[in-house]
Amino acid sequence: MSHKVSVTVNGTAHTHEVEARLLLSDFLRHTLGLTGTHVGCEHGVCGACTILLDGLPVRSCLMFAPQVNGKAITTVEGLATDGTLSPLQEAFRDTHGLQCGYCTPGILTTMTAFLAETPNPSEEDIREALSGNLCRCTGYQHIVDAVTLAAERMAK
Amino acid sequence: MKPAPFRYVAATSIEEALALKAEHGDEAKFLAGGQSLVPAMNFRMAQPAVLIDLNGLNVLAYVKADGKTVRIGALTRYRTLQRNSTIAGQATLMAEALPEVAHPAIRNRGTLGGNLSHADPASELPAVVLALGGTLHARSKKGARTIAAKDFFAGVLTTALAAEELLTEIELPVLPARSGTSFIEVARRRGDYAMMGVACTVTLDANDACSDVRLAYCNAGETPVAAPRAAQALQGQRIDESTARAAAETAKSEIRPFGNVHASAAYQRHLAGVLTRRALLAAYGRARL
Repeated sequence: MSHKVSVTVNGTAHTHEVEARLLLSDFLRHTLGLTGTHVGCEHGVCGACTILLDGLPVRSCLMFAPQVNGKAITTVEGLATDGTLSPLQEAFRDTHGLQCGYCTPGILTTMTAFLAETPNPSEEDIREALSGNLCRCTGYQHIVDAVTLAAERMAK
Repeated sequence: MKPAPFRYVAATSIEEALALKAEHGDEAKFLAGGQSLVPAMNFRMAQPAVLIDLNGLNVLAYVKADGKTVRIGALTRYRTLQRNSTIAGQATLMAEALPEVAHPAIRNRGTLGGNLSHADPASELPAVVLALGGTLHARSKKGARTIAAKDFFAGVLTTALAAEELLTEIELPVLPARSGTSFIEVARRRGDYAMMGVACTVTLDANDACSDVRLAYCNAGETPVAAPRAAQALQGQRIDESTARAAAETAKSEIRPFGNVHASAAYQRHLAGVLTRRALLAAYGRARL
C-alpha cells in the first residue's frame, strides 16, 4: 500500500506516492535526489542524516517518509541562499571545519538550529550541541572553531 | 538496515489507535518518537505488521499541574519537557535527568511515554519515575486503568501494559516543601547510556532530619531498581559524609547490575556507591535551602 506525501523541502513543494517503510533519509536522497543528506549508521547514532524538520534537527533515518506529510524540511542544500554560503558554512570553510565531509551536512543542520536558538554560545555549549554528531577526521576542534567564528560574525 | 514492510496508519484519534491495537494486538506497535523503535525496525529486531503512528495526536502532548501532581501526556517530547517551567519548578528530578538523555536531535523527537513503554533499564527516565513514585495511566478499547511505577516495569524492554493498552499519561506527585532532588550518572561519552545513574529525593522534617528518602538506579538490573533499605535507614537521620557513605554501601548491595562491555558489574556497583553518596549530599543540601 502506498502513501501520499506532500512535503516542502528547502522551500519547494513535492508530492510523491511512497511505500510506508521508506526512510525519510532515503526519500530525500533517492526519491528527491537530494544527496546532500548523508547516511551513516541508520540507527540514530552518527548524526550524518540530521535534517531540520519544521526548524528542529532530527535524524532522517529514524522517520518514515509518510510521517512528514504536510511538514517543512530543510536539508544542507537549503542552507545557502542563491549560491551564497550561510555564515556557518562560510566559517566551516575558513577554519577547515571539515576534512572528508561525510558528517558535515548533519553538523551544519544541527548547528544552524543551535545558533538560531543560542546566538552567544560558550565553547561548552557548542560541544554539548555537537555531542550527537560523530566526526572521524577533525577531532572536533576545527568544528568548534567554525561554530565560534560563525556566532561572532552573526552577532555583528 | 532497512525495515521490513508494514501497514502504516496515522491515527487521527486515541479511539482509532486503540481500536487498531485491539484488532492487531502484539502484531501492531504504536509509533511515538521512534527513537528506539525505528532503530530496532531498521535492524529488523522488530518487525511489526502494523505501525500505528500517534504523532498526530496532539491531545496526548501536555504538561498540567494542580499543586499536588504534575500530569504529563505520553506524547510530550523531551525537548518540550526540558523547556517547561512546571517541570523545572515542580519535577526537578526529571528536569535534572533530561539533559542526560541522548542528544538534542534525539530529544526533539523522543517522548516520555515512548521511553517508559520501551522500558530500557539503562534509560534515565524510568528510574526518575520510579523514584518519584509516579502513576501511569493506560487506556485500551475496554477501558482505563492506573499502574504504579513500581509495578509498571516488568523486565528488560517489558512493561505491565497489555497488548491492547496504550500509556496515555504519566502522573508525578509534587514533592512536599523542604525536599531536594539529585540525578547523577556516569557515561563513557556525553549522551551515551549511563554505566550507572542514580535518581534521589530527600524530604526533611523541621529538625533537618530525613522524613522521606527515595533512591532509584538506571542500568542496575532488569528494570529500574529502587534501594528501599538504604533509603529507609536514613529515616530520622541527617545526611552527612558518614550517613551518606553508610547508605551508599547498603544501596550497592540492593542493586543487581549485569555488567557489560563498558563496565563490569563490580565497577557498576562501585559507581553506584560513589554516585549515591554524592546524590544524597546534593539533594540534602537542596532540601535545606
